Amino acid sequence: MRRPSLTMTGLHALLSHWWRNPIQLFTLVVGLSLATALWSGVQAVNAEARASYDAAAATLGEGEFEQITSDSGMILQADYVRLRRSGWLVSPVVEGQLDNARLIGLDPLTAPNGLGPVDMSNGQLTVDMLTSGVFFARQETLDLLGEYDISLVQSPDVAPGVILTDVGTAQRLLEMDGFLSRLIVAPAQPMNQVLFTDVTPKLTLRTPQNGTDVARLTDSFHLNLTAFGLLSFAVGIFIVHGAIGLAFEQRRPVIRTLRALGFPLRRLMALIAVELLALSLIAGAIGVGLGYIIAAALLTDVAATISGLYGASVSSTLQFRPEWWLSSMVIAVAGTGMAAATSLFQLSRMPLLASARPRAWAMQAGRGRMYQAGVAFGLLILAALLGLVGSGLIAGFGMLAALLIGAALALPVVLDRVLAFGTSRAKSVIIEWFWADTRQQLPGLSLALMALLLAMATNVGVSTMVSSFRLTFTGFLDQRLASEFYVYANDADQAAELQIFLTPRVDKVLPIQSVDQDIRGLPSEIYGPTAHATYRDNWLFLQSAPKAWARIESGEGVAINEQLARRGDIAIGDKITIAGKLFDVLGIYGDYGNPIGQVIVTEALFERLFPDSRALQFGLRMDPVDVPALTNELRNSFGLAETNMINQAGIKAFSLNVFERTFNVTGALNILTLAVAGFAILMSLLTLATMRLPQLAPVWAQGLTRARLGRIEIIRAVLLALLTAAFALPLGLALAWTLLAIVNVEAFGWRLPMYLFPMAYLRLAVFAMIAAILAALWPSYKLARTRPADLLKVFSNER
Amino acid sequence: MLLHVSDLIKTYRGPDGAVEILNGISMTMNRGETLALTGESGSGKSTLLHLVGGLDQPDGGCVDIDGVDICALDDASRAAVRRDKVGVIFQQFNLIPSLNVASNITFQARLAGVEDPDWTRNLTTRMGLADHMGKYPEQLSGGQQQRVAIARTLAARPALVLADEPTGNLDEGTADTVLDLMLTLVAETNAALLMVTHSERLAMRMGRRLRLRAGRVA
Repeated sequence: MRRPSLTMTGLHALLSHWWRNPIQLFTLVVGLSLATALWSGVQAVNAEARASYDAAAATLGEGEFEQITSDSGMILQADYVRLRRSGWLVSPVVEGQLDNARLIGLDPLTAPNGLGPVDMSNGQLTVDMLTSGVFFARQETLDLLGEYDISLVQSPDVAPGVILTDVGTAQRLLEMDGFLSRLIVAPAQPMNQVLFTDVTPKLTLRTPQNGTDVARLTDSFHLNLTAFGLLSFAVGIFIVHGAIGLAFEQRRPVIRTLRALGFPLRRLMALIAVELLALSLIAGAIGVGLGYIIAAALLTDVAATISGLYGASVSSTLQFRPEWWLSSMVIAVAGTGMAAATSLFQLSRMPLLASARPRAWAMQAGRGRMYQAGVAFGLLILAALLGLVGSGLIAGFGMLAALLIGAALALPVVLDRVLAFGTSRAKSVIIEWFWADTRQQLPGLSLALMALLLAMATNVGVSTMVSSFRLTFTGFLDQRLASEFYVYANDADQAAELQIFLTPRVDKVLPIQSVDQDIRGLPSEIYGPTAHATYRDNWLFLQSAPKAWARIESGEGVAINEQLARRGDIAIGDKITIAGKLFDVLGIYGDYGNPIGQVIVTEALFERLFPDSRALQFGLRMDPVDVPALTNELRNSFGLAETNMINQAGIKAFSLNVFERTFNVTGALNILTLAVAGFAILMSLLTLATMRLPQLAPVWAQGLTRARLGRIEIIRAVLLALLTAAFALPLGLALAWTLLAIVNVEAFGWRLPMYLFPMAYLRLAVFAMIAAILAALWPSYKLARTRPADLLKVFSNER
Repeated sequence: MLLHVSDLIKTYRGPDGAVEILNGISMTMNRGETLALTGESGSGKSTLLHLVGGLDQPDGGCVDIDGVDICALDDASRAAVRRDKVGVIFQQFNLIPSLNVASNITFQARLAGVEDPDWTRNLTTRMGLADHMGKYPEQLSGGQQQRVAIARTLAARPALVLADEPTGNLDEGTADTVLDLMLTLVAETNAALLMVTHSERLAMRMGRRLRLRAGRVA
């Protein structure tokens, strides 16, 4: 009978703290909610994008099944029939553009299980599909379609922009009667099968492409987004840690009294744990909701970025997927547990007669600070060691973690030294007091400042990385799209006709020949461009032998891309074998986004090595003004499709537009992270405000007005933000360097050069100052408006 | 006349309505004079001290310090009077925890622009603080902290020293030593000392005595 009453009494005493300190409760819940929101928002975007890639891969069966294709892009239906009759279990696929969507026709009766994200193999739908026809697509895709006399089935599992239907309907709508796009090969085939090449010698069997190019390329983008989400969460956890630490510290008297009155320590700890669990679940749920809103707002730009950069379709409609909201709830609870672990441990070790006086939560003992400095130093050394001698992705991420946590722990120690120096050099009494008082506030503000440090470092790091990426990529486009116009022929005959047609119409026709070949066992492509100043002037080597271009043009050696150099462990001066002959590697060039190796040889050498190969691509040097007219001529004379002609100016404009949208995404995340850090400062200042009165009242009594004290509070916040910004800049650059030079290389095989953007950093510092001013505005206003009676309470004897 | 208080009224709003703390107090003090303000708890002693020091605003009457009616001044001007003419010593010492002893002692004098290093050195030596100048308040005993508070006030040589139970937190022996020092130094600077105290023994050592009862002069 008494036990529940005891528990309830204890719970009531503990919860009364929140009732009396609603701002702390607000800080805790909002801090954790914001942290979860940033994490879950980013995860939601990633989950949606991955679901889109998976749906696309499943639709085409590229990740799972072998496929039969034709160089011409079309397979005769008769070939399909011959293969089936010879015992090959293959299933036809027809692909094409219908209105603004991609129509894919499958055969539900022969398609292997697992092909296509929707089950078309049974039920009434199959009957409908084979008779009147059915379109399976997302609602957003169905909305793109015109009027068709076909049943529409909304199916969220189909890839964005894709419509699934049966092969006959697709052939009819795409006017491809008698033709197929490709054949899917069932994984289980009969024994004693005739050779595939004996049945259809002109077709090619392609092995499954596990981990599609799209997935590999976009992984880079998602890796960065995930890193951003994690850092944002870390920022939030600092707030939660501060709020929980303060709540524990201020509840010490209650806890001591409860224990003195016989409340068991274990039950007390259990009650606090349950209370925190409940709070983390509530805050986590709010965070997931906020995350959904953030993700929904970002998804359109993310989808456009990924589509523009990598050509992958991502749905712009967000779904409430369990993988992200559940992981967000778990991380909210785990984050709270992590933040509360130290406090709970201290509570378990707290002597029964520990001082009831709030132990100046804000004031850490010198020994504690020394310990913190030691841990910070150790972590920074570890980060340096991992950077110097570590290898692999784990080492890269380990270095990132050690660097960020070490720097965050070092911040209060560094600021303390800077402020002590300021105090010792101050001439005026108010300035001396200002430095000394700021130093005294440091422990109370340090968690918020650590959050600000991480937010700013993340901003510097991610901005540097994305901007470097943009600069490199646009430079890369200048290099790769040096010609004003590119034309792709459908076959060798058309290529020959095109060359004759184009030569008198442009300044120079640059044939681009290529073949696929393994180099050192790695899948690679060999290119043989025409020797021309275009390449010498625009292709920049990352590393090269002396007079590299001249020697390559004379056929003395070759240039390879960075991916091949790294994966094949090939350095300048090494030899590689092409078509059975050895060549010196004279140059290594950046080839961003290309998943496979590439080798550049001269046109003459290429023709000697691959005499049967014919150039199907041409780069055209010409006056850009004439490009639209030539486009029309080619369309009218050769019937070339838009996809066979690439206008350099249009591509560049499109790429820049894509990057602008990327910046929208990172810009929004930057502002959100800074807002979280600003919120942390606001909450810390509000929390400290009441604790600070005894420190401020004597200064007021000796002749400083409340208004002036209020203004000093704002100056203090700005000073701390600026000092933190000064510390965040090198940290952010180290973060960017780690991402670009270690993580990216380990993950994707190519290294992006790092550029510096001083104006962006200056703008960030200004934003941080604005955040600090906004955060300090309300506490300073409150201080300036503090009633003298409240200040006088500090001096009252009865206090 | 240094201090002229006339018909001072102060009312606080409590849970049961307005509570009159001071009800028409009048008094005067000249330079070099010492006055003990006594009375029971709640009689209005500290409130009177706060109003005289310009720390709070009365609801009626006025406080004139050295010819200036501080009740008619704005916040900034009242702060200037506190800085230049008044020194307050509190029972809780109320030192600035972020500054060391040396900086605490010179704080008000530097704020008022009247720092005199020789006088400060003289004060700290006589108060036995010379060996503690680099320490922080939290590293000092109660008696030492109170001596720092007194030194801080007298270092600025204010015309009017207000002391609110300055020895209330000290044992009897220490309290006597501190009061001796305070009286000596106030006399040397020709300041007026208005001291709130519960102690009859200490009140007897002051030049005059004013007893309050329920917000009035008894």
